Amino acid sequence: MPEITLRDRFEQGLAAPICLTWELTYACNLACTHCLSSSGRRDPRELTTEEARGLIDEIAAMQIFYINIGGGEPMVRRDFFDVIEHAVARRVGVKFSTNGTRIDPASARRLASIDYLDIQVSIDGANESTNDRIRGRGSYAAARRAMDNLRDAEFGEFKISVVMTRENVEQLDAFESLAAQYGAQLRLTRLRPSGRGVDVWNELHPTLAQGRALYSWLRDRPNVLTGDSFFHLSALGNPLEGLNLCGAGRVVCLIDPVGDVYACPFVIHDEFLAGNVRESGFASVWQESPLFRSLREPASPGACASCGSYDACRGGCMAAKFFTGLEMSDPDPECVFGHGEEVLATREIASRPHSSPDHSRRIPVSLSARP
Amino acid sequence: MADAEVFDESRHWRLSDHVSLRDESFGALAYHHDSRRLVFLKSRDLVELVRRLDDFDSARSAVDELVAEGERDRYVAALAHLSSSGLISA
Repeated sequence: MPEITLRDRFEQGLAAPICLTWELTYACNLACTHCLSSSGRRDPRELTTEEARGLIDEIAAMQIFYINIGGGEPMVRRDFFDVIEHAVARRVGVKFSTNGTRIDPASARRLASIDYLDIQVSIDGANESTNDRIRGRGSYAAARRAMDNLRDAEFGEFKISVVMTRENVEQLDAFESLAAQYGAQLRLTRLRPSGRGVDVWNELHPTLAQGRALYSWLRDRPNVLTGDSFFHLSALGNPLEGLNLCGAGRVVCLIDPVGDVYACPFVIHDEFLAGNVRESGFASVWQESPLFRSLREPASPGACASCGSYDACRGGCMAAKFFTGLEMSDPDPECVFGHGEEVLATREIASRPHSSPDHSRRIPVSLSARP
Repeated sequence: MADAEVFDESRHWRLSDHVSLRDESFGALAYHHDSRRLVFLKSRDLVELVRRLDDFDSARSAVDELVAEGERDRYVAALAHLSSSGLISA
């Protein structure tokens, strides 16, 4: 009798997401080259404070235990504290990602006073030059100031969040030391060709050899967080920590700043748009959207059917395939056996999709010019 | 957070105040708001047992009342596991 595993259950979808990301704003004071939400300018249709509070009430009613807040830079919203304090008061935990530029000593103390709050400060290099090439001049120093302020405010164990690139995989040990220095937890995630990432992915995604090194490094350190990012690497052997499946529309989804609901944070594109919370509320989108229902149907292994490791990686990341111009039935572009690279090298890819909403600034910004 | 204490089934246990339970088709998801741990309860009977622990003087009497005879050791072991993650408290 084939046992129905939890993973099978998850692939059929849950009553509510485990991991709900809510990009609070498209406004951002940085302009990272790989921004997965193509953020920069605020969208005038952004959910109002009242709408944000209403959405949190619905999230609480659905018993979604915590939300991942991102952006854009969430702290540039004037009602940022209002929104997160409302969530925590409703017993919805908040994990938010920030570039740290707005964490001064006073806001660090306020953050430290809030229960059920986790903070992820982003850096993408273990030194200024590696980081600032991607995140912009002054961004490394700003993130380190934020970390200093959180430490001085005795926030506790915050997280340092790093997108793995070809330029920083070699710095893994340095990231680990930096986290240890702050008593912080290290969190590593996968570079997706999403948003503006589509323009830099070719140059910045780790090589296959770096992927193997990363896999071994992570296997030795089960306490390093990955948000289940690297399940495509689990085809190398024993699985990494996590559910090891594509959770899009099944256990994961994204609400964007204007209330649009997408299958995951890495597919802000019309093709993966399930509905809008303004029209019908979030629960009905989650439960009834035809897109999400189809994502919960058993997936075909496609080109990976004959691969002995299909059960380990399940064909990899939907977003990575989509934004590199691959079909859903193709291997992951970073397939550890090189099958994705082979397809990309041999097939004529007519055009690679770009994220539909693009809020990038039209003029480059310099953080150091800010007051 | 982890309670090194051996699970004492003769004591009164209940769902921790820090824990939320959400019903799912396979059982329930439990989330510990302090430790941020997510735990899967893989049967509806276990969920029912955990929800009703508070009504009984001891975990043992809850198991004896709510669980079929041949299954009881397995459910006590499941409760011991939940206590070690801090999901239920004495």
